[in-house]
Amino acid sequence: MSGEGIIESIAVMHDRSNGLGGGFAAYGIYPEYKDYYAFHIFYDSVFSKKECEEFLERHFDIINLSKIPTRKIKAITDEPLIWRYFVTPLPTKLSDSQLDEREFTAKCVFHVNTRIDGAYVFSSGKNMGAFKAVGFPEDVGRFYRLEEYEGYCFTAHGRYPTNTPGWWGGAHPFALLDYSVVHNGEISSYDANRRAIEMYGYKCTLQTDTEVITYIVDYLHRKKGLKFTEIASVIAAPFWQTIERMMPEERELHEYLRVIFSAQLITGPFSILVGFDGGLMALNDRLKLRSMVVGEKNDTVYIASEEAAIRIIEQDLDTVWSPKGGQPVIVCVDGGEV
Amino acid sequence: MALNFLYPDYEVARNYDRCIACRACERQCANGVHKYLSDSGKVVCDDAKCVNCHRCVSLCPTRALKIVKSGNTYKENENWSGKTINEIYRQADSGGVLLSSMGNPENYPVYFDKILLNASQVTNPSIDPLREPMETKVFLGAKPQRVERDNDGRIKNNLAPQLALSMPVMFSAMSYGSISYNAHESLARAAGELGILYNTGEGGLHEDFYRYGKNTVVQVASGRFGVHPDYLNSGAAIEIKMGQGAKPGIGGHLPGVKIVGDVSRTRMIPEGSDAISPAPHHDIYSIEDLRQLVYSLKEATDYKKPVIVKIAAVHNVAVIASGIARSGADIIAIDGFRGGTGAAPTRIRDHVGIPVELALAATDKRLRDEGIRDNVSIVVGGSIRSSADIIKAVALGADCVYIATAALVALGCHLCRSCHAGRCNWGIATQVPELVKRLNPEIGYKRLVNLLTAWQHEIKEMMGGMGINSIESLKGNRLMLRGVGLNEKELEILGIKHAGE
Repeated sequence: MSGEGIIESIAVMHDRSNGLGGGFAAYGIYPEYKDYYAFHIFYDSVFSKKECEEFLERHFDIINLSKIPTRKIKAITDEPLIWRYFVTPLPTKLSDSQLDEREFTAKCVFHVNTRIDGAYVFSSGKNMGAFKAVGFPEDVGRFYRLEEYEGYCFTAHGRYPTNTPGWWGGAHPFALLDYSVVHNGEISSYDANRRAIEMYGYKCTLQTDTEVITYIVDYLHRKKGLKFTEIASVIAAPFWQTIERMMPEERELHEYLRVIFSAQLITGPFSILVGFDGGLMALNDRLKLRSMVVGEKNDTVYIASEEAAIRIIEQDLDTVWSPKGGQPVIVCVDGGEV
Repeated sequence: MALNFLYPDYEVARNYDRCIACRACERQCANGVHKYLSDSGKVVCDDAKCVNCHRCVSLCPTRALKIVKSGNTYKENENWSGKTINEIYRQADSGGVLLSSMGNPENYPVYFDKILLNASQVTNPSIDPLREPMETKVFLGAKPQRVERDNDGRIKNNLAPQLALSMPVMFSAMSYGSISYNAHESLARAAGELGILYNTGEGGLHEDFYRYGKNTVVQVASGRFGVHPDYLNSGAAIEIKMGQGAKPGIGGHLPGVKIVGDVSRTRMIPEGSDAISPAPHHDIYSIEDLRQLVYSLKEATDYKKPVIVKIAAVHNVAVIASGIARSGADIIAIDGFRGGTGAAPTRIRDHVGIPVELALAATDKRLRDEGIRDNVSIVVGGSIRSSADIIKAVALGADCVYIATAALVALGCHLCRSCHAGRCNWGIATQVPELVKRLNPEIGYKRLVNLLTAWQHEIKEMMGGMGINSIESLKGNRLMLRGVGLNEKELEILGIKHAGE
């Protein structure tokens, strides 16, 4: 499918954002470069671009680089330089680092974002990309010519920022490697989550809930090897009173997850969409303090904060339902694995 | 010379219009303050013997008694206070070390009182604990480094032994000997009913209390009193006491007069002999020696019990804690300089150690900076006075708190700070049978349960106000805290912002 539908859908949610940030994640859009990491980078100036490119050249083989195609529209102004690179780690650098390829790449992304002034990698996965800007999401979609991309999964977000000023890097989705998160809500566990995840080598630079959720997903999935169902049981853990009623084996598992990953529990209202290679997970906080609706039509799944955002692009749905708090909805492309 | 004459700090004020000369005060006072004069039919008192424990005040049926501060004063002097002068008189008279009990009462900053909590407004809903689950359950113990799976892909349970607590509170160590049998029974039963733990202190475990084993932390201290294999295996966890906040750097001394009957048997020492705990453990002169004791205890208990290492909050506490976190210990307990005691040299109690708030913040940060925070849980005490202190401690980074003074106050203690005299009129810090029986464990344990139930309600209300419905999400959540009236260095150490930031 193309990016047209997601723009149309998020436009209905116009009043849920205030024009201070909008964005999209699109999966399956770079089939010709699917074995390379696609870095999308904002630069404040040509100087930061030069410094960043020198860093990239020292660590990666750059297969292709170009400006990300955009179109001028009135609603989107003050854009930074926006570039895209398809890269693969230099074999010598990679073996010297004694890291696996994904960890090496993630470390380089953190290096750019924390050490190179004026450069910000906002997308770094394979065969996927994040596109974001300050503006209403439907305008951001047109700005990035999203309708010209073909992919298997799209997510979108319109911001109503309360904690941090609107800037291009601060818009959702947040992405690291092929994980992307869009998030509606404000989590009360932020600083507990932040201080815990920073112990494992992540740097939270943006004071934003969504950033820390992205790192938690990356940590639990990539570093700890949890499945997405298990990740849901960590970040929106069942209440102890629920766990106590479970069968012994299930109970032991959930108790184990809560004890070990107590600092990755997320409280406060959230509904999140987690994109990953081959699929998508939607999840509400365990009290369901945010709305979320799922619609299905044949083999296509739609998930939105409001049913209206689904109906605008698919009126004839097979089913429409609301997941319970803490109940993950995991959708995979055929043959995909969670 | 009358130089050592000390005018009493307090006076017993008796309203003779109300006094019916029932002589209840006379019977209640183990210090012999009150005396009935049959000639005049009046009760009189000797203020000099009064420790201000309020036993007589509380039991006077006509409210004829109150204790007031003595108006007697030396010539005013900002440098030489009346207290200082009196202490010199006492030492010039006795040649001895000044002794005190309970926590440091001096005027040092209480950081908990300079920290304020957050609440949700608009952007994030507060949560009503009456309508929604509000979780205060915590687990203490080391967390495994990696998740392991069996051949079928199921997660293996590779958890080290954990302590499960219904709320992040435990009763701190107080030995049988320093406090009474009935006080111990109250603590043990309350711990059982509440789903938390109490701590034997260094006095062994009375055979009657083995049945509360799953709610018991058994302590191993430098005197090793009462330590034997059954004792170690009887509790839910073992605590190695390296130090105590009230008296860092020194040991303990339970006088022979308290080593009577069951106390003697439980401590495994002869009746009437002084129980002297050395200042250091004489098998621990360095961190690697501690590691050996940790593993000796684990060997003795088949690796089924978490080991707690308790230290006093001293200047290098964060570095010491880091060493402990690498020693095989599962839990570190940090005892602040305001922690209580049954007896301590006054100068040490009042001048050694640092506030637990700063010790906690520094330790939590240090362990995180080194990436070893998951190796251990952190328990803090000395002194936690209310549910608000607990919330603040958890938000600073504690997994759990220890309370002891607050528990004794719930049992009737009026903080007269005279435990070392052994004549506690409330039946708590005494072994005198007729005093001990004044504390009814049936009532005592219910009062402890009441106190912590009330605190749990308050914790839930405050958490709900912050939009947090599980205590795990409060742990180390320092953005929920703001300082008031603190300087930049203090804020930096506490890792919190100032109010208004």
